[in-house]
Amino acid sequence: MVYNGHQQHTITALVQDKPGVLARVASMFRRRGFNIVSLAVGNSEQPGLSRMTFVVNGDRDTVDQVTGQLGKLIDVVRISDLSDQETVARELALIKVETSPANRGEIVQLVNLFRAAIVDVGAKSMVIEITGEEDKINALANLLAPFGIKEMMRTGRVAMVRGQAEGRVSDSVGIGRRGDIMDRARVNYEGV
Amino acid sequence: MKLTGAEIVCESLLKEGVDVMFGLPGGAILPLYGALSRYPQLRHILCRHEQAAAMAADGYARATGRVGVCAATSGPGATNLVTGIASAHMDSVPIVAITGQVPRPAIGRDAFQECDVTGITLPITKHNYLVMDVADLAPAIKEAFYVARTGRPGPVLVDIPKDVLLGERAEFVWPEQVNIPGYNPPQDADREQVAVAARLINEAERPVILAGHGVLISHAYEELRQLAERAQIPVVTTLLGISAFPTDHYLHAGMPGMHGMAYASLAVDQADLVIALGMRFDDRVTGRLRDFAPRARIIHVDIDPSELHKNIKANAPVLGDLKCVLRQLLPLVERRVHMEWLRRVDSLRAEHPSLRIRDTEALLPQYVMQQLSELTDGKAIIVTGVGQHQMWAAQHYGFKEPNTLITSGGLGAMGFEVPAALGAKVGCPDRTVWSIAGDGGFQMTMCDLATAVESGINVKFAILNNGVLGMVRQWQEFFYNKDYCATVYSANPDFVKLAEAFGITGIRVKDKSQVAPAIQQAMAIPGPVVVDFVIKQDENVYPMIPAGESVGEMMEEPAPEGVQGIR
Ligand SMILES: Cc1ncc(C[n+]2csc(CCOP(=O)(O)OP(=O)(O)O)c2C)c(N)n1
Repeated sequence: MVYNGHQQHTITALVQDKPGVLARVASMFRRRGFNIVSLAVGNSEQPGLSRMTFVVNGDRDTVDQVTGQLGKLIDVVRISDLSDQETVARELALIKVETSPANRGEIVQLVNLFRAAIVDVGAKSMVIEITGEEDKINALANLLAPFGIKEMMRTGRVAMVRGQAEGRVSDSVGIGRRGDIMDRARVNYEGV
Repeated sequence: MKLTGAEIVCESLLKEGVDVMFGLPGGAILPLYGALSRYPQLRHILCRHEQAAAMAADGYARATGRVGVCAATSGPGATNLVTGIASAHMDSVPIVAITGQVPRPAIGRDAFQECDVTGITLPITKHNYLVMDVADLAPAIKEAFYVARTGRPGPVLVDIPKDVLLGERAEFVWPEQVNIPGYNPPQDADREQVAVAARLINEAERPVILAGHGVLISHAYEELRQLAERAQIPVVTTLLGISAFPTDHYLHAGMPGMHGMAYASLAVDQADLVIALGMRFDDRVTGRLRDFAPRARIIHVDIDPSELHKNIKANAPVLGDLKCVLRQLLPLVERRVHMEWLRRVDSLRAEHPSLRIRDTEALLPQYVMQQLSELTDGKAIIVTGVGQHQMWAAQHYGFKEPNTLITSGGLGAMGFEVPAALGAKVGCPDRTVWSIAGDGGFQMTMCDLATAVESGINVKFAILNNGVLGMVRQWQEFFYNKDYCATVYSANPDFVKLAEAFGITGIRVKDKSQVAPAIQQAMAIPGPVVVDFVIKQDENVYPMIPAGESVGEMMEEPAPEGVQGIR
């Protein structure tokens, strides 16, 4: 996916659920100057392990550096690069819009159109919950903007490969990366 | 029997085979010292500054290949370790730093001498631990040593709150093995990768081996020599790779880069294959990346996957432990003699004799290093600070044995020369250890001369005293219109009297003729000695490739007055 002239890549990491693991990851991204577009963290299917989903901007080399540097963190167990994979990607957003008796109906129509849900209704506002890919959420937010968005919260993308595959998997130190490194090397090798 | 946390730390250190540590106590770590006196097998060397403790642990680790250990208290003790830890991190040196922390209930309340040392050291350690439960202590220490020494080595810090050291007791259970899912340092490389590398070597007409610190870390000097001799490939070494290949070997071709020998840089420039072994294409080696080895294919062997393709894209990246990889590679490499290429490298050496020493009455630092090299037969352990003297040591000492140059290469931390030399000597008591200092760096850590005296550490300290922050002065001369702002030390102490104040011999050398006798005298004295070599103030290090530039912009020494000792 191309965004603002940069390629967007989705990377997931299985990490040990230990205090400070988020700080380690964040510190590495900051120090190396990698640009995180979004980051989502939560429990995984395995006890003691969490899964992080990163969306990063950059070219192929940058993403390889990101996965390489992530892999060096001792608490990171496994990394999957989901770029070039068939994935299901979702984000959740809560949007609080200003409402008046006059426009409520129109907003409800939009919500239905987007298969979003109204999860709270107040005298002058309502909270809308929407799940989907970023584009869909952006589209709804744009349409709601004229009514006045008081607050918006987005979770950042979570993503999963469709079917059996798991992305290009890397153990934290390298083993799984071998295939990857070779792929790129051969391209290089022919190029000389 | 249940033990206190402090006793568990001591027992764990013994299990790891530790017999010496460097440190300086304070409130939060005092319980550990309370236990330490009951463990005479653990020698504690009391330093005068925690930076020295960390750097001594570094010197110890590099000289011995074992994990170096240092200890400090919370807050300022821990922050004083930081420069030493950062240096060890940049140079992939295995050390374990143990710090005291304020008691658990006080953490997060800005208690006296509280400091978030695990936070501070996050980006400069391979890993760190804050141990909040006495039952976790032994596993944490075992893991710390394991992580520090395996794979690409590095510093690991273990922060222990005072009440974990002293509070409730626990059974000492030493885990049989560590369990870190996802941490599997590579050993053997993928066979396909090795095969591609071998093919490139067999196809090359002008190959060069670029050997780095990884050769020393994985003890692969024998394999390196076999590879070089098998296919007759010249070997250049990075600063940290110096001593990975004997300087007096006919295939040794110097050090390339910013202050490397011209012929080494030119050989890399003209090569059609660069075989990079355990090095990371630091900018001091490559100069401007796009002009680095423009005619060459690149083989890059490293144990750290994130190094492959990081600065330089390799045609044949090989992930693995260097010793294992070279063993896999050797049988696939054809015996060859690249006659024409070897002749070319030889003529480069003759046309660009970077290491000639001007024949002058002045006391030149290069001459001091050359004399030291001869009088120690190239077999001393040389520990340097950072600056001109570091480069002169790298250029003019004829290293004959593996692992004998210890220097802060990646971080470039002045002040390394004194404490790291102490650590090296503690680790290798039978070796001659010379600390090569600048007068600037020496004054950063010279307080630890007291440690040398107190703990009987027989290091010889040579100060190449130019009365200036020489390397910076050189940059000012070349690039800042000779504006010598803040680089002249006009009130240096009298280093001879200073030595005497510490209770050791000080020798001053002002004249060329005194160099050899002073070195011999220093070595005859059975304890630490300071030799103050008062060298020519405005001597520059040549050649020089300015930062961010390339071989094409290399400055060589201006026309010589006389020529001596071409090597
Ligand atoms: C801790 C630290 N501060 C500053 C520098 C920047 N620096 C690099 S070389 C140098 C001069 C070193 O002077 P000295 O130790 O006398 O050695 P010389 O270059 O004169 O041989 C300085 C200040 C550094 N490398 N490390």
